[in-house]
Amino acid sequence: MNELLKVDHLTVDFSTDQGTVHAVRDVSFCVYPQEVLGIVGESGSGKSQTMYSVMGLLADNGKIMAEDILFDGKKIHESAFKNHSEYEKTMQHIRGNDMAMIFQDPMTFLNPVLKIGTQLIEPLQNHTKMSKKECEQKAIELMRQVGIPSPEKRMNQYPYEFSGGMRQRIIIAMALACNPKLIIADEPTTALDVTIQAQVLELIQDMKEKLGSSVIMITHDLGVVASLCNRIAIMYGGKIVEIGTDKEIFYEPKHPYTQGLLNCINNPEDDDKDLQPIPGSPPDLLNPPKGCPFVDRCEKAMKICKQQMPSATAFSKTHECACWLNELKKREGKK
Amino acid sequence: MEEKELMLDDSLFEPLDSSEKNNEFIAVESKTYLQDAWRRFKKNKLALFGLIFLILITLAAIIIPMVSPFTYDGQDLANRNALPNMVHLMGTDKLGRDIMVRVMYGARISLTIGFVAAFLNLIIGVIYGGISGFVGGKVDMVMMRIVDCIYAIPSMLYVILIMMIFGSNMFSVLLGISISSWVGMARQVRSQIQTLKQQEFSMAAFVIGASKKRILFKHLIINCMGPIIVSATLMVPNAIFTEAFLSFIGIGISAPQASWGTLASEARGLVQSYPIQIIWPVAAICLTMLSLNFIGDGFGEALDPKKR
Amino acid sequence: MNNTEVILKVTNLKTHFDVTKGMFAKKQIVKAVDGVSFEIHKGETFGLVGESGCGKSTLGRTIVKLYEPTEGTIEYKGQDITKLKGKELKEFRKSVQMIFQDPYASLNPRMTVGEIIREPMDIHNIYNSAKEREDRVVELLKIVGLKPDHIRRYPHEFSGGQRQRISIARTLALNPEFIICDEPISALDVSIQAQIINLLKNIQKEMGISYLFVAHDLSMVKHISDRIGVMYLGNMVEIGESSDLYHNPMHPYTKALLSAVPIPDPEIGKSKKRIVLQGELPSPLDPPSGCAFRTRCPYATEECAKAKPQPSMINGRQVSCFQFQAGIK
Repeated sequence: MNELLKVDHLTVDFSTDQGTVHAVRDVSFCVYPQEVLGIVGESGSGKSQTMYSVMGLLADNGKIMAEDILFDGKKIHESAFKNHSEYEKTMQHIRGNDMAMIFQDPMTFLNPVLKIGTQLIEPLQNHTKMSKKECEQKAIELMRQVGIPSPEKRMNQYPYEFSGGMRQRIIIAMALACNPKLIIADEPTTALDVTIQAQVLELIQDMKEKLGSSVIMITHDLGVVASLCNRIAIMYGGKIVEIGTDKEIFYEPKHPYTQGLLNCINNPEDDDKDLQPIPGSPPDLLNPPKGCPFVDRCEKAMKICKQQMPSATAFSKTHECACWLNELKKREGKK
Repeated sequence: MEEKELMLDDSLFEPLDSSEKNNEFIAVESKTYLQDAWRRFKKNKLALFGLIFLILITLAAIIIPMVSPFTYDGQDLANRNALPNMVHLMGTDKLGRDIMVRVMYGARISLTIGFVAAFLNLIIGVIYGGISGFVGGKVDMVMMRIVDCIYAIPSMLYVILIMMIFGSNMFSVLLGISISSWVGMARQVRSQIQTLKQQEFSMAAFVIGASKKRILFKHLIINCMGPIIVSATLMVPNAIFTEAFLSFIGIGISAPQASWGTLASEARGLVQSYPIQIIWPVAAICLTMLSLNFIGDGFGEALDPKKR
Repeated sequence: MNNTEVILKVTNLKTHFDVTKGMFAKKQIVKAVDGVSFEIHKGETFGLVGESGCGKSTLGRTIVKLYEPTEGTIEYKGQDITKLKGKELKEFRKSVQMIFQDPYASLNPRMTVGEIIREPMDIHNIYNSAKEREDRVVELLKIVGLKPDHIRRYPHEFSGGQRQRISIARTLALNPEFIICDEPISALDVSIQAQIINLLKNIQKEMGISYLFVAHDLSMVKHISDRIGVMYLGNMVEIGESSDLYHNPMHPYTKALLSAVPIPDPEIGKSKKRIVLQGELPSPLDPPSGCAFRTRCPYATEECAKAKPQPSMINGRQVSCFQFQAGIK
């Protein structure tokens, strides 16, 4: 299968007051057409920054280094362009047409003093050749698609007149306006209640099927991932520690962090599960550990883990995990 | 890759001792709030320059009139309207008084007025606004309507009225400036306190049984000190300017005492023949204003809680 | 529950807020909590769930007297606390404490960790000497899994989970018997949530503290609670034992809420049938007449609009629903 998005050895650094924060450290992954990839990680694990740097939306103090970022066969990392303005121009075009982003907090994305209708029509006019009338029709159609009742009336309302769930629907409508090939959803349901979350997740699933797009779902909620994603990448300390299909990750987790994560969430279907928390706190990426980022919290940590980052071992075509335990097993097998 | 891994010694695959793990590690160095603020303040070169200039001019204002052979009202009639020379570094005025001593003496008055007025504003504004915002309800409404009334009358009017009653001296200038300008501070503190009051840490203080006084001073006011200090700093040039303006139009500090405003006013008549005389007090006013504004800016950045 | 000694009894509690703007505007009242009754037993954890705006946090805050109730009584150990003043109020504060939601906002940024944890002891004068207090602070830090040398650091130097533990240490400083946990884990990362939950459980086991655990994350609430109360728009719609309530919800709102909980298991999660509620949460400024849920309830009839359903007990479950009481279900 051809990859829709391929990210090769991506590194992102931020220079701050306190020093350089190594937010993303040598991350590679790809997204196939029509799949939902979940990127799971705790806050500060670099999951959002990875996607921001792919979209060219990184904050000014961020610096991207990548061997290659390919989207739909085109190189889209900055060093492949002549200069910054060229890159910006291309990215702006891609962001409007082929890639769309759904943000965590819809309120920061919507302009509070503009009518919802205006905010929906504007990107349509910028990115398509439709007339104003057609754009209006399309906007109403989009609002109907995302399940907003009486869209003709709602077009003339302001963002504050919408509830949180409705605003998120508007954001999704805006993201879908140009039939994107890739939708990147950055914690789209974290700020919402469970009943609204269920509606929004269902909507994303429906839209994905209708449009045939791929979705990257950035989240920390394993429940959300389980009910939506086909493949899952687990990030920790700025690195992808394990990647695999949903079943591989949930039923045969290989990395101690993935195992730990699954042990410390409660499955409400299961009545007497004891939670086993992972001790300690995530590493500070100002000063990331030389070896495996998880070493300080890992039960099975070995001396080597402190000194060197393990490379990825493949367990199946889809399942990879970077952990020294795999090497240990191989050695024990040989003896 | 495969070969390199095989080079690794088996001993490296022994379990890591738990003492070698450091999972409650805190990378940032512990710094108190002030240390942190000072570190950020130092980065702002303009603010640093402002602070140095302010310290220099304060020292000069204290020392120069003490060591100089001239006094602010001593006349040297043989040497009137002298240009800067080795004896009188800034020259003399139309009555033969040494301009440098007069400018430095003026600095004493102007800076005193500026800082005392800002300090009074700070005290009155913080207490008034703090109580108003913290208690809320009807008390807040009455207190804020009083503020509105004070605000509604132009502040120049107070100053001129007070001058007429108490005469033209430092006390009445101070009273005139302070009587109306604290209301801005009070409003600012009130809105800050209202926001902080809703924060969970003040609720937490309430739940552990802290008294109202303790919550107001130990939890609320201390947390809005940053913006308060910034606006107090910016109030200093305001007060200096108001005083200079009053003296310039002739209702401020009266002769032979000199503030920067009076000096500029006196030199105004000679601006055609001896323009150098007006430059000194005006330069003093401008540079001090600039420095204080830079310092205020620097404080703003250094004390901004959002940047932490 | 073999221990049935009631520590907290809330009867028909109402907390209304006057949000009228301006002097001459029409009176507007938010009925955040509108007639809630329940009991909490000694040593148990009572979970309180509901969507944002349902009044669960207001209820918790009314119990610690952050808000004044409009009507109804709150009996703590048999004493009505709604009218407490002075010395008795101070005693009550020593015994009932609260853990807040946002670990970044609940600690005063200008105080060191030591000062924060010591403050309740200073206020209530529990120990005689500064040395004793200092020792107690170190002991509390150890209980919550932090190091004694963290005592001079400032809150902003800690991670969210560590801060929440500092907050728990402050709460424990007064040896309370009852703690209200107001969404203590919702701002934390998954791996840290379990740490805090287990810490709370251990503390409960050792000190016999009762909890009121307010949260919107049903799976965690189910894990920590002995009993769960479900709130909707200021009303308690259902109360029951936690696993019983999860597996066999009776009120139509509880059913919808539980069906929306994402399950961390790809096979169950992807095949789960969700009940999608129609419409939006009504404004608490103008709640529907009768049953608050009737505007979105698939089983609603005319009867539901006429009067508010009263709670009825069925097999140890308390449900407030006409349709359920009529047996139609």
